[in-house]
Amino acid sequence: MSQVSMTVNGRKVSGECEDRTLLVHFLRDNLHLTGTHVGCDTSQCGACVVHLDGKAIKSCTMLAVQASGSDVTTIEGIANGQDLNPVQTAFKEHHGLQCGFCTPGMIMTITDMINRHGSDLDEETVREELDGNICRCTGYHNIVKAALDAASKMGTPQQVAAE
Amino acid sequence: MGVEGIGAKVLRKEDRRFITGQGRYTDDMSVPGMKYAAFVRSPHAHAKITSIDASAAREMPGFIEFLDGQQLKADGIGNIICGWAVTSKDGSPMKMGAYPALADGIVRYVGQPIGIVIAETQAQARDAAEGVMIEYEELPVVVNGPDAMKAGAPQLHPEAENNICFDWELGDADATAKAFENPAKVIKLDIVNNRLSPNPIEPRAALGHYNSAEDHYTCYTTSQNPHVARLVMSAFYNVAPEHKLRVIAPDVGGGFGAKIYIYPEEIVCLWASKRTHVPVKWTSDRTEAFLTDAHGRDHVSDVEMALDANNKILGLRVNTVANLGAYMSLFSSATPTYLYATLLSGQYNIPAIYANVKGVYTNTAPVDAYRGAGRPEATYVIERTMETAARELGMSPAEFRRINFIREFPHQTPVIMNYDTGDFEATMEAAMKTADVAGFEGRRQEAKSRGKLRGLGMSCYIEACGIAPSKAVGSLGAGVGLWESAEVRVNPVGTIEILTGSHSHGQGHETTFAQVVSQRFGVPVDNVQIVHGDTDKVQFGMGTYGSRSGAVGCSAISKALDKVEAKAKKIGAHLLEADEGDIVIENGEVKVAGTDKKLAWHEVCLGAYTGHNLPDGMEPGLKEGAFYDPQNFTFPAGCYICEVEVDPDTGVTEIVQFVAADDFGNIINPMIVEGQVHGGLAQGIGQALLEGVNYDETGQLVTASYMDYAMPRAWDLPMFKVETLVTPCTTNPLGLKGCGEAGAIGSPPAVMNAITDAIGNNDLTMPATPEKVWNAINAVN
Ligand code: FES
Ligand code: FES
Repeated sequence: MSQVSMTVNGRKVSGECEDRTLLVHFLRDNLHLTGTHVGCDTSQCGACVVHLDGKAIKSCTMLAVQASGSDVTTIEGIANGQDLNPVQTAFKEHHGLQCGFCTPGMIMTITDMINRHGSDLDEETVREELDGNICRCTGYHNIVKAALDAASKMGTPQQVAAE
Repeated sequence: MGVEGIGAKVLRKEDRRFITGQGRYTDDMSVPGMKYAAFVRSPHAHAKITSIDASAAREMPGFIEFLDGQQLKADGIGNIICGWAVTSKDGSPMKMGAYPALADGIVRYVGQPIGIVIAETQAQARDAAEGVMIEYEELPVVVNGPDAMKAGAPQLHPEAENNICFDWELGDADATAKAFENPAKVIKLDIVNNRLSPNPIEPRAALGHYNSAEDHYTCYTTSQNPHVARLVMSAFYNVAPEHKLRVIAPDVGGGFGAKIYIYPEEIVCLWASKRTHVPVKWTSDRTEAFLTDAHGRDHVSDVEMALDANNKILGLRVNTVANLGAYMSLFSSATPTYLYATLLSGQYNIPAIYANVKGVYTNTAPVDAYRGAGRPEATYVIERTMETAARELGMSPAEFRRINFIREFPHQTPVIMNYDTGDFEATMEAAMKTADVAGFEGRRQEAKSRGKLRGLGMSCYIEACGIAPSKAVGSLGAGVGLWESAEVRVNPVGTIEILTGSHSHGQGHETTFAQVVSQRFGVPVDNVQIVHGDTDKVQFGMGTYGSRSGAVGCSAISKALDKVEAKAKKIGAHLLEADEGDIVIENGEVKVAGTDKKLAWHEVCLGAYTGHNLPDGMEPGLKEGAFYDPQNFTFPAGCYICEVEVDPDTGVTEIVQFVAADDFGNIINPMIVEGQVHGGLAQGIGQALLEGVNYDETGQLVTASYMDYAMPRAWDLPMFKVETLVTPCTTNPLGLKGCGEAGAIGSPPAVMNAITDAIGNNDLTMPATPEKVWNAINAVN
């Protein structure tokens, strides 16, 4: 068993888990943040995507102990209180979700995409960078529309500033 | 239409919880004291179990209990049932092989559950499951339908000689033989419809909780039809009495058919909870999902079509072998028979049709309904044949279809179905216009100059939704009626709760059903709450599959709303001292037509509950229920046109344009309908280009992960051009036909017709992988 501490959605948390516990299970089982989902066992579907120190990662592909000391943001942490963030809003306005199971991972991946590309984001890039996120419901059409709309609203590329 | 009524693009009420991570799926549920289950599964496709030894597992950390088929049998838990009895053409009933929820001495597919381990954590349960030692005596294996019928093939079930479960026919064999006596031309085609895995992204899960204090059972499960699950678990599996069993299907992350069935796992979790006195949760991983979720399709057919000298169809003969997998699943007899051959007339006047379907057991996972269920297979047969015929005749595929379209309604086909309405020419013309078919040759030439092969393919599908008139399906062998129920509860303040037997697992019922209410009374959709998925709340319901929630589920709501409206009008007339016939309810007001006398909707509702001033003899309250049994199936139809470019050097196909023109009858919410079409198209295009379940000859599933089974990703698909035309359904109150499956039904032949057009070789099977396409190109060069 290991003691794990990290910041999740701005709150310091700690807990005990087995060494083999994946970050996604630590989030879901220890912290009861069940918005992050598990859709596969081969790191392919992206239902589990969260941000680790500001970058999108698959929380099923990292041990909780590896994430110890990091800053984690999950789908539960991106709205500002009652106000949805622009990617969340775009998903609703463009009907970018049906069953909602892939949606948290999609939103976290696309937010990361927009953080890097800003309003330069184009359809080809969205489709290419969604290679690690599978949606079985929407045919991606409205997810792509939501991503492009959110990008246009979120403004200029931010990566330059961050690096 | 009101701003939020029928036909309005209302954003989804349910979205907020999903986009903020607050959806509640089965695996998100936990109850105090809950423990975790893992299943011990067969690694062999066909074997006798000679011994089971759990002694090592019992010593492992966190171990609580191991249970197997012996205990299950001793407790009287019944075998898995099939809900539709199909009769073979010789009059004999289908040959069901016994399918216990935990294997009884023999296993017949890889992944079949043998035992359950319960432990403190999920990881410990999985470890201990690996610690259960089982010895097997391997038996010979057959995985392919036609092979399973051959002499000397391994036999799966003693009941089913040559592995044939049923040898079923539909249509008039003599009339069809006559049509082939003297035709001007016969078109022949061999058709394979590839086996698929439905793959909702939420894996199946179950949480069984026996409460000994109350002697009551609760089962959370990923179900499209929780009431059916409760009925079947109590009436057939004897897990719990129906009145003491609550089944909850909370948010469900996609179904596509795979979550209709009542699988061994939820039965065993519930039973194991009673045995162990702890709540037991099991969540499938993706590998288990590939191994054990019911697969779809897997047909091998030969098709013959007879034409007269005017290129009119005289007759159609289809022989199909349907691979059923190792055991019958809930609807697996109906899917390749009554949901398939009944649609073989397509959009065309075909005077004589004969279909023979052999349902065959193999050492593979059970096969059942997957989005479209039988209708994609029928559409693929007919639309590949139509395109092939047009090419052989040297005609435009549109013209050949035009000559043969059904134009008068109602139309009785030779295969049971009676189409109430449609306009096939209109959807084809609309699609051709949007797809700019007239400009295609120019685009083909331009592509050629870039070294690309460009092709155009069309598919004019018709399908049957709104399953189904109970009496009709009963006479064909269905074990249940296929009506739907609804209850409308108007609260004293005028807000409304709709309790429905339909179940939403992505379809947006919380919004569309509220729109139906908004349309009726002019109340905002935010004042309408949809309650579904809980057998303790909703009295009964048949659930959601076969695109039935609009045509059947909303019809039940509409019927219950009729009763509420009638009572509210009586109360309004009494309070306003007017004639009942003069009362109208609109925009949230109850008015006397042609006067300014009116009451707010909530005043009438409050009046119904105070009971202070009701018409003599009227009961207080405003709550009504209805059961709606459809009069007929509904018949969505449309035309899909796919344009592809193939790279002859690599065999890679790119979809450069995809146009869908659909007639779904009236539409409640165009945004949601378009979303349903997009999703269906993605699955149909996935079938045509990417997806295929493959077993090797030893029965090992070689496509058991997303590394090996090619799911459509964003870069595989184009933006779709989707439009709708309307001929309202004539047999239900709202004129709805259904839209959930059309995309998956109509698109595979459009894609395959386009690729075969591009490469000039009609001999190509799905999925049209680059390797297959490259070989097909080189076979004709
Ligand atoms: S669960 Fe992490 S990629 Fe599928
Ligand atoms: S919305 Fe269901 S998987 Fe994407």
